[in-house]
This record gives sequence, structure tokens and C-alpha cells, in this order.
Amino acid sequence: MKAKNQRLILALLALAAVIGAGLLAVSGLKQEAAFFYAPGDVAENGLPLGKAVRLGGMVADKSIRHDPDGVTIHFVVEDGKAKVPVTFKGIAPDLFKEKSGVVAEGEFHPDGTFVANNLLAKHDERYMPPELAGKMHKTDTLKP
Amino acid sequence: MHAYANPARFLKIARPLTPICLVVGILLILIGSYAGLALTPPDYLQGDSVRILYIHVPAAWLGMGGWTGIAIASIVQLVWRHPLAGVAARAIAVPGALFTAICLVTGSIWGRPTWGTWWEWDGRMTSMLVLLFLYFGYIGLANASDDRTSVSRATAIFGIVGAVNIPIINRSVVWWNSLHQGPSITLRGSTISSEILWPLAPTVIGFSLFFGGIVLMRMRANLAQAKVEARMRRLAAA
Repeated sequence: MKAKNQRLILALLALAAVIGAGLLAVSGLKQEAAFFYAPGDVAENGLPLGKAVRLGGMVADKSIRHDPDGVTIHFVVEDGKAKVPVTFKGIAPDLFKEKSGVVAEGEFHPDGTFVANNLLAKHDERYMPPELAGKMHKTDTLKP
Repeated sequence: MHAYANPARFLKIARPLTPICLVVGILLILIGSYAGLALTPPDYLQGDSVRILYIHVPAAWLGMGGWTGIAIASIVQLVWRHPLAGVAARAIAVPGALFTAICLVTGSIWGRPTWGTWWEWDGRMTSMLVLLFLYFGYIGLANASDDRTSVSRATAIFGIVGAVNIPIINRSVVWWNSLHQGPSITLRGSTISSEILWPLAPTVIGFSLFFGGIVLMRMRANLAQAKVEARMRRLAAA
């Protein structure tokens, strides 16, 4: 075998080994590397009590309620599998809306509610001009 | 491939190619930037901050594409001992690091109004920051050897090992729950409305040509430097 081919095979084997090791490490990190828990994860694995966690999902439609004090809000986060009620006291980001993504930082209470001390809006991968979004919105509200 | 192994032959092609890449690249960047700032509509949710897309996406592409280039050049250097591969890898490192930094900074500026935070340790952001540190390590390692034209074999191995991060960055938003949104542009199409999307084509192609022009310029400068030093040594010996 020519030295050149031997080096090529060695380099390709090394590359495959490195990528394999990387993928193994990444799949081992699957849970730990998640930025947030989804309501479905919580329903499946129980409440992560007594530690600061993030909860992410969609803000359920018509679920945002404001308390009379003006700074406390209640809403429901859902992911299609489960729902979690959330309480937050503070200023929500501009993009915090019903039917859009949110990541809440805080702690679970034993009764299953999530008390958030910070809210992040999660933008989705759809980008469109207002006219188009407006049309979509209209058809949404026209639906029975 | 060995037709271009001769630096003289490479220079003959690189000399006219450099200004073409730079001029066409800058022209496309200007066209794309004007369109992205003045012609496209704002996004329904993000408003005008969507326009940072036209620099953030090319910067991310070049940061990751740069390292992919370094990895390919490293394999070519180790396997075929191609004399220009190391020169190319060395020339890519600094602009690659710069575009990675631009990607991180523009993403952070966009994140503040959109997400409500400058920085979060989610999978996409963390792996992109790791890429920047890999570039720093690569540049340090490349400069640690006496050879300032090409790179040492150890540096080439580092270039290949670091490539493992590239698929991780690309898949980070699919594998893990992340704050960063999923991919908008996939093989199945784009979830970015075409009115907002189109200036991305000239800016991505423009920045890529600009990047190529810079790399060619740096390769030529390093080859010229090596030539000068060789001549000086000959003069000193005579």
C-alpha cells in the first residue's frame, strides 16, 4: 500500500473516531444540555423540587390573567402533552404573548405550580411581514 | 490537485482572483444591506430588529464554514502533504474567528429585545462560543511554531479534532431544548417569508466572496513573506 493511501485511511479512521466520540458525549448530555424542561418532561419524570430550573413551552391561549396589583401575572405553559400553571411577578418581555413561546426561570412548588422570577420570550423560526401575519390572525379568529 | 501544488502557479490564478472576489463581494454586500435595511418589511413580532438577520446569518455561516475549510485543508495537508493546504488553513483562521465573533455579538444584540436577555447558556450559543475559543486555540497553536507560512502537523490535527463541534452547532437546536429558534431554512424550504428572505442571498454570497478574497490575500502575503525570508537567508549566506 502506498504511504499516501495509508495516511488517508488513518486520517479517515481518526476523523470517524473523533466524530463518534463527540456524538457519544452529546447523546450522554442529552438531558443535562437541555436549556429548559417542557411540561411533558415534568409530567413524565415528576416535579424537580427544591432547585432552580427553567420551564419552556407555549403560553396557552386565553390563559394570561393579571392580578389587581398590576405586576403579578398568571398563565399556563403547555407543550401538547401537559400543562403547567405559572405565576410571575415582574416585567414580561415585549414578545411575551399567548400562543407564542416562553422560557420561565424559577422553581416548582409542591402543588405543581411554577413560580417564575424571570421570563424569556422564545422566538420561533417563522419570519413574516405584518400584513401576512395580520391575514393569518384574521383567519384564526374567524374560525369557530 | 497537484497542478496547483506549485505556489507560482497558484499565485498566477490568485492574483487576478483576489480583486474580483473583493469587489464583487463588497458590491453584493452593499446591495443586500440596502435591500435589507430599506426595502424589506419589518417582521410582525420582532419589528425592525429582524434586519440583523442579514449580517448574523452570513457571519454564522462563515464562522462554521471557515472551520470546515480548516478541517479539509488539514486532511489534505496530512494525507497528501500538499504544500498550500497549511497556508490556506493559516489564512482562514483569523477571518473565521472574526466572523464567529460577529455572529455572537449580533446574536446578543438581537437577543436583548427579542428574548429579553443578552446571553443565556443554551446549546446553540454555548457551542458557538466554543467555536470561537477553538479558533483562538488554533491561532495560538499555529503561531507557536517557527513556520509562519504554513502550519505544523500538530496544528493540522487540532484542526481536524475541532471539526467535531461543527455538526454539534448545526444540530444543537434540534437535539436539545434551546432558547435559540430551530432552523428556518432547511431542505424542505424556508419558514422565513420570501419578502424578508431575499436580501439574505446577496449578503451571504457577498460576505462569502469577501471572505474568500481576504483568505487569498492572506495566503499571498504569507507566501511573499516566505519568499523574502528565503532570499534574505541566501544573501546572508553569500
